[in-house]
Amino acid sequence: MDNREKVVVIRDLYKAFGELEVLKGVDLDLYREENLVVLGRSGTGKSVLIKIMVGLLRQDSGSMEVFGKEISRLGVRELNEMRLKIGFSFQNSALYDSMTVRENMEFPLVRNIKNLTKKEISLRIEELLDAVGLPQTINQMPSELSGGQKKRIGVARTLVLNPEIMLYDEPTAGLDPITCVDINNLINEVRERYKTTSIVITHDLSCAKQTGDRMAVLLEGQFGALGTFEEVFPHAEDQRIKSFYDYNFINS
Amino acid sequence: MAGQSGTRKHVFSKKIDAFFKGLADAWNFVKRFFQEVFVPPYEFKEVIHQCYRIGVESLPLISLTGFIVGIVFTNQSRPSLSEFGATSWLPSLIAIAIVRAMGPLVTALIAAGKVGSGIGAEIASMKVTEQIDAMEVSGTNPYKFLVVSRVLATTFMIPVLVMYTDFVALMGAFINVNANELVSISTFFAQVFSSVTFLDVFASIIKSLFFGFTIGMVGCYKGYTSSKGTEGVGKAANAAVVVSMFLIFIEELLSLQIINLFRIK
Repeated sequence: MDNREKVVVIRDLYKAFGELEVLKGVDLDLYREENLVVLGRSGTGKSVLIKIMVGLLRQDSGSMEVFGKEISRLGVRELNEMRLKIGFSFQNSALYDSMTVRENMEFPLVRNIKNLTKKEISLRIEELLDAVGLPQTINQMPSELSGGQKKRIGVARTLVLNPEIMLYDEPTAGLDPITCVDINNLINEVRERYKTTSIVITHDLSCAKQTGDRMAVLLEGQFGALGTFEEVFPHAEDQRIKSFYDYNFINS
Repeated sequence: MAGQSGTRKHVFSKKIDAFFKGLADAWNFVKRFFQEVFVPPYEFKEVIHQCYRIGVESLPLISLTGFIVGIVFTNQSRPSLSEFGATSWLPSLIAIAIVRAMGPLVTALIAAGKVGSGIGAEIASMKVTEQIDAMEVSGTNPYKFLVVSRVLATTFMIPVLVMYTDFVALMGAFINVNANELVSISTFFAQVFSSVTFLDVFASIIKSLFFGFTIGMVGCYKGYTSSKGTEGVGKAANAAVVVSMFLIFIEELLSLQIINLFRIK
């Protein structure tokens, strides 16, 4: 594993909101084309971690290097260039309410890639809508889509700029079990088809098992366990990880 | 190392510190507008779209209100003037009142309620649903796209709406005057134009620019800095109206003092 290229290197990362310390010295390496799942209970700082990665939040101390560049030291232009390499799929999809699906997908494309013809833009949008299995929604408004469809369109919108890293924030939250499986399959398809490196933030162990090469469990601001699903969960000694596993796979 | 910000003490008290922090945030928000407005890329398409929304979609309400203001103000002024046998001065009185004060003020207050609250609620809702974050991570400057375009649109459109309100209110006044004093439209408007000076119109336009800027900026600021989920959307819309109206009255008072200096000279 260590011979593979590291695309994200996190060292001793701290982040607090007022008196609430969320991340307390996080260390992590993310390798090219791997799917890393970050697990943890609500409020443990999972989303904070990936928001620091795209510069939406700033760490209090420590380093967050993406493609060898420290995110907190990038200027506005460099940060925007970096963001184009990172696709962020939001928990609530974050589709623009006032725009159709086509306009939602055009929005990042026309702003970041100049000199594209209308035909090229249409082809790119149609290709990605085919890839997420929703070509028929192209002229629909977000309010007309189901939760699962919104998630898929959200993923398609992030893929429009050909990102190298995909960040999925709670991709299966609020969805029924069948749609969850569809979304998990989509995450795997995206990796295979577009050769992306991914971080999936979730507290859904089924999602984690289906999509992750490695699991990282956030416990009280630090990674309490890091490894494959089999290494981390079935025989966990830490009671907090064990209860997480038991709740997902035994109680349910 | 962790929680450096967590150990910080308050300078005065929690509320007073929050008040000054709010003022500083608002100042930085306004300052950022002037830093971004002249720097490319320019969002012309969005500015025009917002001008349409703010201008055209406000027309029915502005028309109705302006027309009624014209009729009611004429009706209310007539008894006082008739006591002195001066009802022939009605067109002059109404024209001066409408152009100098009522047109800009009524338009700005209506726009604060309709446009300001709309902007506040829309941007707050975008913030709550992470649409602003989505814009930012996709390499678009959300401040420029959402704030600069809306503030420019309100700044340009409110003076246009004010001139329109002046016209509609004067038409309302004319209908009332015509029905009661049998004054023709040419006589009415001849008296209107003879009593309204260039300074009146110029000052009206200038202060309307400030009203428009205030409505857009306050709406955007309240939306952009909203928090607490969906509850925050309602609060942002409400605060946008209240703060805009308060600032509009203060600006009206200040503009009155400044314009009077020019009149005395």
